[in-house]
Amino acid sequence: MEHRIIDQQLDLLRDKLLLLGGMTEKALHRAMQSLTERDSDLARKVLEEDKIINQMELEIDRLSVEILALQQPAAHDLRFVISVAKITPILERIADHATNIADAAIRINDEPQLKSYIDLPAMAQNAAEMLRTALDAFTTEDAALSREIIKQDQKIDASYKRVFNELIEIMIDNPSTTASAAQLLFVAKHIERIGDYVKDICELNVYLREAAFIKHSPKI
Amino acid sequence: MESKISISNLNFYYGKEQALHDITLEIPERQVVAFIGPSGCGKSTFLRTLNRMNDTIPIAKADGTVLIDGKDIYAPNTDVVALRRKVGMVFQKSNPFPKSIFENIAYGIRINRMYENKADLEQKVGKALHDAALWDEVKDRLNTSAFGLSGGQQQRLCIARALAVQPEVILMDEPASALDPIATQKIEELIVELKKQYTIVIVTHNMQQAARVSDRTAFFMLGKLVEYNATQKMFTNPDERLTEDYITGRFG
Repeated sequence: MEHRIIDQQLDLLRDKLLLLGGMTEKALHRAMQSLTERDSDLARKVLEEDKIINQMELEIDRLSVEILALQQPAAHDLRFVISVAKITPILERIADHATNIADAAIRINDEPQLKSYIDLPAMAQNAAEMLRTALDAFTTEDAALSREIIKQDQKIDASYKRVFNELIEIMIDNPSTTASAAQLLFVAKHIERIGDYVKDICELNVYLREAAFIKHSPKI
Repeated sequence: MESKISISNLNFYYGKEQALHDITLEIPERQVVAFIGPSGCGKSTFLRTLNRMNDTIPIAKADGTVLIDGKDIYAPNTDVVALRRKVGMVFQKSNPFPKSIFENIAYGIRINRMYENKADLEQKVGKALHDAALWDEVKDRLNTSAFGLSGGQQQRLCIARALAVQPEVILMDEPASALDPIATQKIEELIVELKKQYTIVIVTHNMQQAARVSDRTAFFMLGKLVEYNATQKMFTNPDERLTEDYITGRFG
């Protein structure tokens, strides 16, 4: 059989997931831009577009259930649908973190700017790069690349600690900055969580390829 | 896990046509093993080698060994009748005798002289019907014709008939392929229940059925055993590409 009915639906599922991935990347990029460029209008756009992302999540959920119920996939097809169904809410949560960053931007954009946001933009850049590569690795089902990305999360964790300490110092040195610095702490935490979520996506990429659940396993 | 049936290097021929090639496989005791594969792959032929049902075909010939409880069933001194009592069979199409429900079950018990008196016979018939999950549906009409039963009930009657002579292994050749989903579900529940006492081998075209009821699955193609694995492994991550292509419908 050259073309199975299920192939069409699996292709559609892949397209929808990658579209959601693209929207999530865009949300993160814009959220950070709204912060660094003090652009609250852009931040509001991120909040607005999150509704579309939520809708996309529901659509993928519906399609996944439909494929499971009607096509009864097995083996790689089954792992593909399971991976998509598990990656989808992760992307949606990453987008939620982007929304929270945009929200923080709106709160602090009218306050005087703290010194050049320290490592935050670089940290966000790392997370965004990890996300993009993780989605590429999903498309190509590249387990080795996924394992590499998992290791990169340590870099983000290290940046988070650095940013955290610097912000605490800023707050101690100049208590009037506490409100803004606290918002930036939240932003750093959101980015750190995004790194964790990308790790989860990569673990599912490995499952898709190798049928092995490496989550919670000491060896990756 | 103890092997109930050990097959090694089994070849099977219909005249000059070789239908099975060098099959080696262990069937564990009190488990359900499913045979899957495209039509003509040899799975039913293989099933029938396990109680020598193929002996009825004059041009058929088997070589290799099939051990049940360590005894070679193709040894010249094998009592084939005793073998088929020990290894019962249920076919795709239910085939009740043109007799009453009671007599369908009592028949095997009678000819094998497996009862002491009338009460014992009735008790054994009742037990077989209970074990085949049919008792409640037929207890008030035991003396009516078996043909009055629905397709699903007739199939369970055939299972009860097989159980009545106290087999140890039950071979099922597409036992639910002619049944509706509810009757199929009953047969599948019965299979899962029966494996507590019996070793069951089932041939099925319905892959979901194999996935639902079996502990291990064997995939055959062109008379060869392609893969034999735990069912869970087979349907989530088979070792062989050919198995993956078959169970995901990529064959053409």
